[in-house]
Amino acid sequence: MNKHASPNLKAAKIAGGVHTDQRHDSAHKHVAGTAVYIDDMPEPAGTLHVGIGLSSVAHGKLKSVDLSAVRSAPGVVDVLTHADVPGENDVSPSGMHDDPVFAEGKVQFHGQPIFAVIAETREQGRSAARLAKIEYEELPGIFDIWNLDPEKDKQVTTPLTLTRGDAAAAIAAAPHRIKNRMKLGGQDHFYLEGQVSLAIPGEDDEVIVYCSTQGPSETQHLVAHVLGVPSHAVTVEVRRMGGGFGGKETQANQCAAIAAIAAKKHGRAVKIRLDRDEDMTATGKRHDFAIDYEVGFDDEGNILGVDFMFALNAGFSADLSGPVGDRALFHCDNAYFYPHVHAKSAPLYTNTVSNTAFRGFGGPQGMVGAERVIDEVAFAVGKDPLEIRKLNFYDPMGAEGERNVTPYHQKVEDNIIHRIVAELAESADYAGRRRTIDAFNANSRFIKRGMALTPVKFGISFTKTESNQAGALVHVYNDGSVHMNHGGTEMGQGLHLKVAQVVAEEFQIDLDRVKITATTTAKVPNTAPTAASSGADLNGMAAQDAARQIRKRLTDFAAEKYQVPTDQVVFLPNRVRIGNQEIGFNELVKQAYLNRIQLSAAGFYKTPKIHWDRAKGRGHAFYYYAYGAACSEVSIDTLTGEYVVERTDILHDTGRSLNRAIDIGQVEGGFIQGMGWLTTEELVWDDKGRLRTHAPSTYKIPLASDRPKIFNVALTDWSQAYEPTIHRSKAVGEPPLPHGMSVLHALSDAVASVADHKICPRLDAPATPERVLMAVERLKAEAAGK
Amino acid sequence: MSLSIGLTINGQPRTVALDDPRVTLLDLLRERLDLTGTKKGCDRGQCGACTVLVDGRRINSCLALAASLDGATVTTIEGLADGEALHPVQAAFIEHDGFQCGFCTPGQIMSAIGLIAEGHAGDDPERIRELMSGNICRCGAYQGITEAVLEAQKTLAERNRRDAA
Repeated sequence: MNKHASPNLKAAKIAGGVHTDQRHDSAHKHVAGTAVYIDDMPEPAGTLHVGIGLSSVAHGKLKSVDLSAVRSAPGVVDVLTHADVPGENDVSPSGMHDDPVFAEGKVQFHGQPIFAVIAETREQGRSAARLAKIEYEELPGIFDIWNLDPEKDKQVTTPLTLTRGDAAAAIAAAPHRIKNRMKLGGQDHFYLEGQVSLAIPGEDDEVIVYCSTQGPSETQHLVAHVLGVPSHAVTVEVRRMGGGFGGKETQANQCAAIAAIAAKKHGRAVKIRLDRDEDMTATGKRHDFAIDYEVGFDDEGNILGVDFMFALNAGFSADLSGPVGDRALFHCDNAYFYPHVHAKSAPLYTNTVSNTAFRGFGGPQGMVGAERVIDEVAFAVGKDPLEIRKLNFYDPMGAEGERNVTPYHQKVEDNIIHRIVAELAESADYAGRRRTIDAFNANSRFIKRGMALTPVKFGISFTKTESNQAGALVHVYNDGSVHMNHGGTEMGQGLHLKVAQVVAEEFQIDLDRVKITATTTAKVPNTAPTAASSGADLNGMAAQDAARQIRKRLTDFAAEKYQVPTDQVVFLPNRVRIGNQEIGFNELVKQAYLNRIQLSAAGFYKTPKIHWDRAKGRGHAFYYYAYGAACSEVSIDTLTGEYVVERTDILHDTGRSLNRAIDIGQVEGGFIQGMGWLTTEELVWDDKGRLRTHAPSTYKIPLASDRPKIFNVALTDWSQAYEPTIHRSKAVGEPPLPHGMSVLHALSDAVASVADHKICPRLDAPATPERVLMAVERLKAEAAGK
Repeated sequence: MSLSIGLTINGQPRTVALDDPRVTLLDLLRERLDLTGTKKGCDRGQCGACTVLVDGRRINSCLALAASLDGATVTTIEGLADGEALHPVQAAFIEHDGFQCGFCTPGQIMSAIGLIAEGHAGDDPERIRELMSGNICRCGAYQGITEAVLEAQKTLAERNRRDAA
């Protein structure tokens, strides 16, 4: 007997159902070092390794590619170029055919893969890659979008326009107008586990790819496309990732494809694991933006009309830049009602790596634009920015007013931002600390403090409608133990645990009776990537559907066998009451098996209500919104620009949380990542288009010591999803990231104090100490009338 | 030329023949001794994922040449637990949710053990955060990590007091 074989048949509640705090399912393995990531898997005998050959110029024609020295280097088995791709030399996720596996004829960014060395060891592959003799005819390159014309310069895909009302007329007629521009930097994912794939060739056209990917189905489809085989020949599997953050939504596909090509060509297992410099140079990042805004407002600070242009640096190919730009527009309102609005995106072509998904997917960039507008208005009318924020919020849920329609014509029906902001302002003592900070600043010559409270409203659903579907596969074995599989992937966010809690709840069995298994395209097909915060919403529902099918079969079987109506079959903790008697769940399952009841089911879910007409810019793009607010206080050294985050308070809404312990971690981590993006994480390209910040020595990710000194994170204990989501919980992956805005605006507030809060600091991001110092100097000079 | 070194790894004396004198301790552990609990994050001493203890001190194993460690005692994440019983630092990381994706966790735990042994962190969370700042957690689980280190430090101090008594 194993220790789990005897569930408690008298329990009042199951152990590990929904709405309970459960530890991450891999917690023990994580601390013991036994959790297996792809690079930890035992390698099959004869495994070959990949060294990758990257472009050393940012834009140019390939005049000659001499790989003879590479081929003759020790340990080299083969060198692959575009000529070795059996199917299409393309891993474009958008069907644009603009993402070659290997550059062909030309290169479009510094670090673009041109060839791959297949060698006996990784060191041999990497050393040999350095021996290539490549001649380029260099072409002029575009490395920055700041000086591009978003109306005229080359775009990688079709932009989006949102219009409601007549923004131009409203701005023209407004008592006050401000027009300006903001620079907003990108962000490297720096998942601790870099891109990695292990391909194992099978019979005929088959191949299995173990890949650190957030989108196994898409990886499968693109590997098939590159190999020129049907999707059924390719299996992609991933148990867990060492971080994803959007960086493995499409960016895993190229490595998977290279490993698969080599594995099929040589009939040996092939592993590719990018070195950190290569990973940071050759894979896409969060888009940097240039945001043009014009706002018209009245004396009180009511926004009357807004016009936005969100230009984003797409890099050399489309990848996901179209939808990222869209999501920026979808969030250019953040939590604010614009009576008249016009907003456009411009996904601009540059000779840099193709930018991609990153937690928030353009949404945070849209919100940063909205908050800059709020700051402008606040300084212009001389009020605390929080007053202007509250003045312009959408109407609260249930209000009769008209101020609840988004720029994309969706009605905001579940708005709880007023209560969240009010509760946070109270718990963080915003008003009292505002006075304390003013007093501090009056008495402190060089160190200045600042504080800001920023709201978040984040739309939940993929805007690509077909992505809002999910599948799950649930087996109940005849001992009553359950095997659970679904299309979502685990990258640390506790998705598998949450879905397992849902399944345990349906069957009313203890959580340890539900086995979490690796995500594989062989079990659940055609799944969406684990992205858009949708993992638990979609896969939880699909798994619930599968479990319910089986439970119904068990109910029908029990009713018939024991001759009771079906409503007298009730699933109690680890047991089932049938009429007047109770039997163990395991016993019922065993009886059902003996009576040939099917104990396996495929579940399915598609999000209802949503629709989106991109050409018209109208629709019900989001099933619901997640809300939250953050209040941060900083101190800056006005002589050096250095700063410290003194305190951050966050109140965040995850509806009726499936697992508050997991959600709190997501909120804390999301905030820290957002803070890093807007403060210390700066990507620098030189005038040759080379990324100069390609390792943590120069690219500064928040450390333990950068965390706010006081950090209070709470979830609302009163909210629930307005729509019937999985147990009325809400998505939590992305919505907390923009809480980092509170730090940017607190820095801005501290900077503003040097000019008596009379001048809007217009602090761009990332607000590195250099930028803070420059802003301080600029404001001092302006205040002195220079 | 082949070079042979003697190491004590997780309490076991090992004689290791190095096929290449440039092999780092990290690659020796992961690729030649199948101790894959120690992770490779950046491979240039900047992320801390590969932290192990060498003669009781925490080091980045990606920057240590294995050949230079003849006679050393190496402790990795696999060597902490006593059978089923986790080391207090491991248990504290579970108790305080000191991770999400888990990839930096072995390095964080080894670094925390090294830090506690150094004995100058005290019970000041800010000082602990400063002294743990060589270990990046991209998931941002620093809240839990700090709490875990504080608690483990207390547990270990009590255990030492009991042992001394």
